[in-house]
Amino acid sequence: MDLLEFARGPALQWAAYILVAGSIWRIVGILLLKEKSDFSEPRKRAGLGSALKVVYTRSFTAPPFAKATMYPKMMAYVQHVGLFAVVFLFVPHIMFFKGFLGFEWPGLPNSVIYVFGVAAVVASLALLIRRVTSPVLRLISNFDDYFSGFVAILPIATGLLIPVRLGIRYEDLLAIHILSVVLFMIWLPFGKLGHVFLVFITRGTTGIAFERRGAKT
Amino acid sequence: MTTVDGRHKLDREAERLAYKPPEVRHDKQGDMDSNERIDKAMWNFLKNFNTQTASYLDGCLHCGMCADACHFHVRTDDPQYTPIWKIELFKRTYKRNVGPFAFFYRLLGLKRKVTIEDLEEWQHLIYDSCTVCGRCSLVCPMGIDIAGLVSMARHGMFKAGLIPHELHEVAKRAAETGTPLGITPDKFEDRVDWMADEHDVEIPMDVDKADVLAVMSSIEIQKYPQSIAATAKILNAAGESWTFRTDGFEATNFGLLSGNPEWQKTASMKLIDAAVKIGAKTLVLPECGHAYMALRWMGANMYGKPLPFKVLHISEYLADALNTGKITVKKVDKSVTYHDPCQVSRRGGATQAARDVIRHLGVDFREMEYGGDYNWCCGGGGGVVTITRADPLRHRVFKLKMDQVESTEADELLSSCANCRQSFDDCQEHFGWDYTMGSLMEMVAENLEEGQS
Repeated sequence: MDLLEFARGPALQWAAYILVAGSIWRIVGILLLKEKSDFSEPRKRAGLGSALKVVYTRSFTAPPFAKATMYPKMMAYVQHVGLFAVVFLFVPHIMFFKGFLGFEWPGLPNSVIYVFGVAAVVASLALLIRRVTSPVLRLISNFDDYFSGFVAILPIATGLLIPVRLGIRYEDLLAIHILSVVLFMIWLPFGKLGHVFLVFITRGTTGIAFERRGAKT
Repeated sequence: MTTVDGRHKLDREAERLAYKPPEVRHDKQGDMDSNERIDKAMWNFLKNFNTQTASYLDGCLHCGMCADACHFHVRTDDPQYTPIWKIELFKRTYKRNVGPFAFFYRLLGLKRKVTIEDLEEWQHLIYDSCTVCGRCSLVCPMGIDIAGLVSMARHGMFKAGLIPHELHEVAKRAAETGTPLGITPDKFEDRVDWMADEHDVEIPMDVDKADVLAVMSSIEIQKYPQSIAATAKILNAAGESWTFRTDGFEATNFGLLSGNPEWQKTASMKLIDAAVKIGAKTLVLPECGHAYMALRWMGANMYGKPLPFKVLHISEYLADALNTGKITVKKVDKSVTYHDPCQVSRRGGATQAARDVIRHLGVDFREMEYGGDYNWCCGGGGGVVTITRADPLRHRVFKLKMDQVESTEADELLSSCANCRQSFDDCQEHFGWDYTMGSLMEMVAENLEEGQS
């Protein structure tokens, strides 16, 4: 078994198991905590709609904070949109997903995907620079913040290197790329990358609690 | 030429922007040993955890945006005042002890155990530099209610005997005597009689059965007693069957502010029992922000079942009485701006009520830039105004409020919270400021249509 076979085979398979099991463990560990009844008379009815509303609205910054948070927000948007495009709209990735989902969807031209990829890398670096230069972020950051940033950007960086080659065999570059994805999948449930699913719980529960009071969400 | 004092190391390499521990007292209550304090702090923080709070501590992205919403950080640029940092110890404990991956964190030593020195240092961050105003909760991209977590952290700090001395003394006095300022039922009755005479208004006291129970905050009773008369004028004008009660008159809740749920419950139950006893349909809270949070949104949970009466902040009562024509007011020829009490508006959901009242008053209303739900806090909420060692920081923070008010160029500044009013009065004196905080309710009482007052 060569490196590519290992990456495509057992590495990816076990990473998927860890991703699913770890995510379920983390989500269930949070969802199973006891809930106390709230006996206060609600001002408004609050439920799934309130949760979904805040899941959506917190994607945007409220006007009073727009100026102060413009830079990190913009960079985070570029990073997330770039990641999404690279992962889900790159034709070879769509083919990969089709392999186990059984269906496909339209992708974007490679040149466009490269632009998204480069933009995501640049935005991630910009956020990293902010993290190491801002006194606030330096204080509150920990290993998870830096490592998660590294793990998130590595698959894109290694993916962008594949067409460049740099004198390395295509098969080896592809193996390295897949292994970087494996690392991403293994780390996701344990670190801050878990916000990909936690965001629905945090925003959703706040939405319900605040909407119930009629308070600003 | 300069010479260096050899007793102190000349450190040219130290980071200029490094975190500086606050030079403040670390007050303690009780004679527990350090380990007991740590255990109590953490256990009492963690014991009421639910899905929401756990996801908050697990979901923080460390993006630091909350710093830009916090008046303490905005005015000082000190990173320690970043809201999410204020609960760092508790976040660490959650991950180390009860989070889904706590086992790994402990096994691999990834989260350091909290020390007594840590907790002592955090007293300043949990109490002196957080008014629980919740502005940070509105900027968080994950939707984390950081202010709610600070309140939970206070539960831990209180049980560990690690709260600021002044706040503890005030809360203790409230628990022992019923009011934080030591106002006994007899004193309250005296003040009510005085105001009834002074303002020539009938003020029912200890009526056996009434539809409305009105309560006051001891800040009003002591510092702004005219509020008692204003409340009476309004409720009389509305034709209410109402009363004050000597067995349940204190609306403030220092159990909530200090972080002691037992004292919080005792204070809430006095009001609830009094309202139930007289068969009240409505309990009208005074101009007090945290009293609204304590009874409107937490009271039923202290009671253990839904309250058999409605709880209204006085601004909500006024809005309803004016909207339905129960009372009418003369137009007031002034320009007015309004300071929203955080616990009533941003966190309480009653932002519109005050604006309805202001509309009926017919004033030239000048909303502050980003007023309403995004309003800057007065800096004295959450018990901060009681902590004297926090005064310099509180005054510094108040500058934001001064700028916000001054930019409206309004003739009058109003609010609907006696605690905010007290904080404004103190800062007015400190800065020699032109604006005096007025009461929305008092403006209504002063301008009731003829025949109503």
